[in-house]
Amino acid sequence: MSEYKLELKGICKSFPGVKALDNVQLSLRPGTVHALMGENGAGKSTLMKCLFGIYKMDAGEIYLDGEKVEINNPDEAMKHGIAMVHQELQPVPARSVAENLYLGRFPTKNIGPIKMIDHKTMYAETEKWLKEVKMDFDPKAQLGTLSIGQMQSVEIAKAVSQQARVVIFDEPTSSLSDNEVEALFRIMNDLRDKGVAMVYISHKMDEIKRIADDITVMRDGTYVGTWPAAELTTDQIIAKMVGRELTNVYPKKETTPGEVIMEVKNLSSIHEKSFQNVSFTLRKGEILGFGGLVGAQRTELMEGIFGIRKLAGGEVYMHGKKVKIKHPIDAMNAGIGLITEDRRGNGIFGCLSIKDNVGVSVYNKFLKMGFVLDHGRINKVVDESIKKLSIKTPSMKEHIANLSGGNQQKVIVSRWLANDPDVLIMDEPTRGIDVGAKHEIYEIMNDLAKQGKAIIMISSEMSELLGMSDRVCVMCNGKLTGEIDKPEEMTQANVMNFATQF
Amino acid sequence: MVKTKQQKIKDFLINNGVIIVMFILVIYTGFTSDNFFTSNNLMNILMNMSSRLVIALGIAGCVITAGCDLSAGRMIGLGGCIAGTLLQRMDYSGKFFPDMEPLNVFVALLIVMTICAAFGTITGFFIAYLSVPPFIATLAMMEIVYGLGLIYTNATPLGGYVKAYTNVSNGKFLGINYLIWIAIIVAAITWFIFNMTRHGKYMYAIGGNPQAAEVAGVPVKKTLILIYMKAAAMYGLAGFMLGAKAGGASVQLGYGYEMEAIAACTIGGVSVTGGRGKVSSAIIGVAVFELLKVALQYLGVDANAQYIAIGIVIFVAISLDIRKYIAKK
Repeated sequence: MSEYKLELKGICKSFPGVKALDNVQLSLRPGTVHALMGENGAGKSTLMKCLFGIYKMDAGEIYLDGEKVEINNPDEAMKHGIAMVHQELQPVPARSVAENLYLGRFPTKNIGPIKMIDHKTMYAETEKWLKEVKMDFDPKAQLGTLSIGQMQSVEIAKAVSQQARVVIFDEPTSSLSDNEVEALFRIMNDLRDKGVAMVYISHKMDEIKRIADDITVMRDGTYVGTWPAAELTTDQIIAKMVGRELTNVYPKKETTPGEVIMEVKNLSSIHEKSFQNVSFTLRKGEILGFGGLVGAQRTELMEGIFGIRKLAGGEVYMHGKKVKIKHPIDAMNAGIGLITEDRRGNGIFGCLSIKDNVGVSVYNKFLKMGFVLDHGRINKVVDESIKKLSIKTPSMKEHIANLSGGNQQKVIVSRWLANDPDVLIMDEPTRGIDVGAKHEIYEIMNDLAKQGKAIIMISSEMSELLGMSDRVCVMCNGKLTGEIDKPEEMTQANVMNFATQF
Repeated sequence: MVKTKQQKIKDFLINNGVIIVMFILVIYTGFTSDNFFTSNNLMNILMNMSSRLVIALGIAGCVITAGCDLSAGRMIGLGGCIAGTLLQRMDYSGKFFPDMEPLNVFVALLIVMTICAAFGTITGFFIAYLSVPPFIATLAMMEIVYGLGLIYTNATPLGGYVKAYTNVSNGKFLGINYLIWIAIIVAAITWFIFNMTRHGKYMYAIGGNPQAAEVAGVPVKKTLILIYMKAAAMYGLAGFMLGAKAGGASVQLGYGYEMEAIAACTIGGVSVTGGRGKVSSAIIGVAVFELLKVALQYLGVDANAQYIAIGIVIFVAISLDIRKYIAKK
């Protein structure tokens, strides 16, 4: 028996133009959670994709229980007992939970010479594995009808059902609510007791401190070092990740909110289970946080305000005047912008350039003779944003899909800055973004507030919510359950209290 | 990371594989057949390309939004027939409207394009507002347009066109046939729309990510309708051009051209998954297609076997094209 369950040695991987991994190593002890940390673009996901056979590595060796193994595709990885819970889930939403769980390895039975799928076994087994991860939804339910957190549980159940020896969690909690995180940690502790080695990728320091046994830090595609988690403080970890000291996690905001700029009255969705009778006001120069658990309908509410979702009733006032919003264009005309939660789903245009990704919302403003695009002026604006937000890219013609998550988010922010809204709604603005980029996004938010813009920020990260907001609204099951505006009352306990009213 | 020379050559070959093969084929044909490299033959190829290009440019808009247009071929037939009925000589015995003076050519063209555009608008409406998949919506319109064309013409072929109409094909300006000029102008206008207008940028955005386009404030529905309307107007123009060239038309005119146009677009690099494609893609695609057909003819390849060759080219071209985007792993 080797000391390590899994060892990666000398892994190198290049993409056209970038050396993504340069001689990286990783050693997992059995029965431990190993946190893999680093800024976005540090190469964590790439390393895991090499391990899982999604990418072919240029050089390097993989040892499982001391034996050298070759992994050329995810199927081989799974046969070796390696499972992965993806950063961005890749299930088949139109099929059932059970089919997703057994995708690629359906249980079969023989009827005469014909091999058939054994549905009965499949559903029964699925139910068993879901129980194993303390979930009890119907195996026949269509996967797409579940929340992201529940889908993740299915992914984990899948890993458990494969009797995995090594499980990779790639930012599993980025879209989970606090109690879903708790459930996840319980499962991880169970797996640890069973001797499973786990890789845990996350940007959330408090979680790392709670769950991790060892920490490996990567920076710019290179290996920085491995330490026992207990020996490092949060500040030390961050310093090792960024290679510099970050003085202030949440930069101080210097402005105080002014007059009311936006008022939402009794807004209700056409769906009974979605947001109902929500009212709130927003002031100039204010950052209004929206807290709550996943499923609290915060995203739906914002999409309702922005004209993406249908409303059954309620009014929105901008600068005291009632506005009718039936389409995002109406919202934009009223001076509202929205940065969505699901960056890849409805944020970026992957196959288009950075320029087109910024320009798409503002072409109306850059016209010659009323209909010819003024590329000169557009280029200037895009170029300025790239510099101002320090977007890391060779040129504005680069496809946005080639950028890291943090830089993609900055491009989306540029889109809205160019559009110059009075109210900017930011739905989980720092989800899946590294510490450095997070800090930059916070600075931008404060800067906007200083200019007199108002910001609504949905955040599931408690410290961010409390650290950035002037005021916090909390939702629970579609209703606004509380509003906290006194600084001394802005505590995790108060938010959780409101968030779990029903 | 610096790419080695070998890699660069390999990339170049993969990225331009079909064009290179075409080039070799054309040169080979030129040297083995006597009258391939003649200005007459070249003009002939360009004439054939002209209407095909107009169709391909129309369909390119649909394909870039991750759609397609199966109604193109039948729309061409209808357009050709309407133009034909409006532009017959008074002394022609089988005149469709015996008592009607032939219209001005430009007026007739305008009528043809307007009628086709109207049908395109209907298709676009179903796609944009009722979320009917483009494949199905255009399939439905294909049937409707074909039926209308049959009823309108009583399924009889048309001929006996006024000189002004046939001149659209035969007449020349600066030694180049009007047909070719039309194609050049349409290509220029399309380039302008794709690159210099909001509509063009919105089209790419919708093809790239329709949900994100909605959130970014793109008028998705209006843009989609406009795309199918514009495309249909171009099919009408193509029908008009083909009628002028042949000196006659029937409802069968242009049948199957929609598939060749989609194939040409994809060969040139318009991605069927949406968001990618240029005017030059359509031009390259159409050129490859036409050159292939002519070269095979000159080489004496059996007419039936030519279909097989075209199929193989589509397979190879698309496989190579896709490699550009998936090779990044």
